[in-house]
Amino acid sequence: MKGLALRVAHLFPKLMNIYGDRGNILCLQRRCEARGIGFEVEGLELGDQLKAKEYDLIFVGGAQDREQRLVAEDLVKVKSRPLEEAVKRNVAVLAVCGGFQLMGRFYRTAEGEELPGASVLDMHTIHPGAQAQRFIGNIVVEWNGTTVVGFENHGGRTFLSGNVQPLGHVVAGFGNNGEDGGEGAVYRNVFGTYLHGSLLPKNPKFADHVIEAALRRRHKDFRLSEIDDAVEHAAHAAAVRQATRRSIIR
Amino acid sequence: MIQRTAAVAAGKATAAVSRRFRLGGGTALPGLVAERIDPDVIRELSAQLSEGSVIVTGTNGKTTTARLLRGIAKEAGLRTIANRAGSNMMRGIAAALVDAAGWSGDIASAQKRLGIFEVDEATLPLVADAVRPRGVLFTNLFRDQLDRYGEVETVAAVWRAAVPGLPPEATVVLNVDDPSVAALAAVAQGRILTYGMKDTSSGEGKLEHAADARWCTVCGNELEYSAVIYGHLGHWRCPKCGNTRAEPDVFCGQFQAEVNGSRLTLKLPGGLVEASLPLTGLYNAYNALAAAAAAAALGFGRPAVQRGLNAATAGFGRQERMRVGGRDVQIMLAKNPAGLNQVLRTIAANGSNSDLAVFLNDNIADGRDVSWIWDVDFELLEGKTRSVTVSGLRAWDMALRLKYAGIDGQGASPHVEPEPARALKRALRATPEGSTLYVIPTYTAMLEVRDQLARWAGRGAFWEAE
Repeated sequence: MKGLALRVAHLFPKLMNIYGDRGNILCLQRRCEARGIGFEVEGLELGDQLKAKEYDLIFVGGAQDREQRLVAEDLVKVKSRPLEEAVKRNVAVLAVCGGFQLMGRFYRTAEGEELPGASVLDMHTIHPGAQAQRFIGNIVVEWNGTTVVGFENHGGRTFLSGNVQPLGHVVAGFGNNGEDGGEGAVYRNVFGTYLHGSLLPKNPKFADHVIEAALRRRHKDFRLSEIDDAVEHAAHAAAVRQATRRSIIR
Repeated sequence: MIQRTAAVAAGKATAAVSRRFRLGGGTALPGLVAERIDPDVIRELSAQLSEGSVIVTGTNGKTTTARLLRGIAKEAGLRTIANRAGSNMMRGIAAALVDAAGWSGDIASAQKRLGIFEVDEATLPLVADAVRPRGVLFTNLFRDQLDRYGEVETVAAVWRAAVPGLPPEATVVLNVDDPSVAALAAVAQGRILTYGMKDTSSGEGKLEHAADARWCTVCGNELEYSAVIYGHLGHWRCPKCGNTRAEPDVFCGQFQAEVNGSRLTLKLPGGLVEASLPLTGLYNAYNALAAAAAAAALGFGRPAVQRGLNAATAGFGRQERMRVGGRDVQIMLAKNPAGLNQVLRTIAANGSNSDLAVFLNDNIADGRDVSWIWDVDFELLEGKTRSVTVSGLRAWDMALRLKYAGIDGQGASPHVEPEPARALKRALRATPEGSTLYVIPTYTAMLEVRDQLARWAGRGAFWEAE
C-alpha cells in the first residue's frame, strides 16, 4: 500500500517503560514494515499536548508506583480531553499494565489514596493493601477463538462496568481481579490488558488485530497480509505450555 | 552456648550429608538448619571474627567485587570467610559461618579473620543487624527480577530505611555515579567513603534504553548527564534543584581495555594504584574500583590492593574460561538488562565473528518474568555473529528477541535447542577449533551448563563422533 503509515503516539516512553514495553513498539514497527506500511512513532512526555487527530494508535505501558503518580496527574490535567476525543474518533488505544489501570476512572493505592484516571474506560482499580497477594505469573487468556499469552504482575484489582467488556477469559493465571475470570478490557477501539512479556511480539494475531483496528479508521475494511511468523508461533506455543504446566503445579 | 553448639553441629552434619549424597554444594541448607536451632547463630559466630565483617550489596557485581576484595584481604595478610556466590540470603551467610566453625561451636581460628559477605539487596537489613559490619559497600541498583522485588524503588526504599540503623562504627561505601546509591549519603550516620569513575572515555555517551534511576532523588526532576558510563551510572546533576554527583574519594582515573583484561589507574586516599586486571569489560573495572574503595575503608594498604587486583581470577560463571575440545569457552552470566548489555559490549569489542550460546530460564532465581530481554540491546551484536544457539526453558522467547535484533548466525534463524546439553554440543560443533564460544546463561542455566562444561573440560571433541 503506497503512502500508508501507522502513526503512533507513545505516551510517557521514559516514565512508563518498565516491563519490556519497548518490545511492543518494536513489534508494531516490524509488522508494519514487513507489509510495506510506514511507521511513525512520537513520544509524548509530561506536559506534552496530545493531538487526537494526528494518530492512529496511542500506546501506554507500565511503570513503578512513583512514576505512575506523576503520569496520573498529567493524564487528567493535560491528556484526558484529547484522549476522550481520540476514542470517539475510533483511534486505537493499547494500554498495558500500569497504563491500563490509568485508563479507568480511578486507582485506589495500597494506602487508600485515590488517583483519578483518564476515564477512557468505565472501570476502576483497587489495591487491597500491601499485605494482599500480588498477582504474579505467566498467564494465558482465551481471546477471539485463540489465545494471548504473557506475564502479569499487579497488586491492583480491576473491575469493569458499563459498556466495557473483558478482552478475554483467563485460562491460566489471575486476570483483572482474580475473581470473575476476565482479563483486560475492550471498549470501541480501546484495548487494555495486564499482559506484558513483551505482549505483542509473541502474540502476532493480537498485534495484527490492533494494527488493523488502528488503520481501519482511515482505510475501511483494511486487512493485513500474512507474514512469516514461525518463530512467533513457536514462542507463543512454548509460553502457553509453560503457563499451563506451572498453573497445574500451583 | 549449648544451643549454638547444637546448631553448628546440625549444620555441619547437614553439609556432610549433602556433600556425601551430592545433593548440591551445601551452600544454603546447613545454614537454614543451624538458624532453626539457634536463630542467633550468625550474630554469635560473626562476633568472633577478629577483623569483623564487611557486606557487599547491589544489583550487579556483588560476587565479583566480593571475590576481588577477598583477594586484596588475603594480600593484606588476613584470612577470610565468605558466602558462596548466589547464596546471599541469611541462610547462605549462616552456612559459611557454620562451615568455618569447629564441632565445638566456635570459629576454629578467629584471629586475623575477616568476614566478606555478598548480600541480596532486600536481605541487607537482616544481615546487617546480625553481623554488625565494619563496612557496607553499595554498588548499584538496576532493574532486576521485578517479579520478586516488585520494583526498583522498593529496594531503594529498603536501603534508605536500613542505612540509618547501621552500626555507628560501620563505614558506608557508596558509588556516587549511581544517583540512588549516592542518595544514601544523606541518611548515613557514620563515616562515608565514596567512589566513582572519573575516566568516562569508554562510556556510552547516552543513556541506554534500560536506564532506571534517571530521576532526581530529591525533587523528582529528570537528571542531566554530562557523561554516561553504563546504564544510569555516570556524571549526573539535577538541573532543577542542584542535587549533583559529589566528587568521589576513590576513583578510577584511567581505564584502558585490553584483550584479556584492562589496565586501571586508581586514586586511593594514600595515592595511586596502577593495576592490571585480568578481567575484561568496563563493568569489571567498576567491580575492581568498588573493591578498592572497600579495601580503603577497611584500611588495607595500596600494595595489597594492587596485588589483589592483579591476581584476580574469574568467579563462578562470571567470565569463567574453560578449554573444551579445542575451543575456548567463556561463561558470561546474564541476570538483568544492564549486566547483559555490558556482556554484549564486551563480546562485540572482541571481534565480529562471534559464536554464541544463549540460555534463558525462568525459574525463581532467574526471575520468572522474561520481559527483561526486550530491554537488552542485542542489536549491539547485529552482523557480528557466526553461529547462534538458543536454549533453556524460554528458548523460544530468546529466539524471537534475537530475530528482532537481526542476530541470526549467517542469515538463518537462531538455532533453537531447548535441551541444554544438546544445545552445548551443537554450539561447540558450530565453533571452529581454536575459537571462543561465548556461553551466556541466566542464573539457574549457568549452574547447569557450567557443570556440564566442567565435566567435558580437557576432553577431546567427543561430540564430533556423535
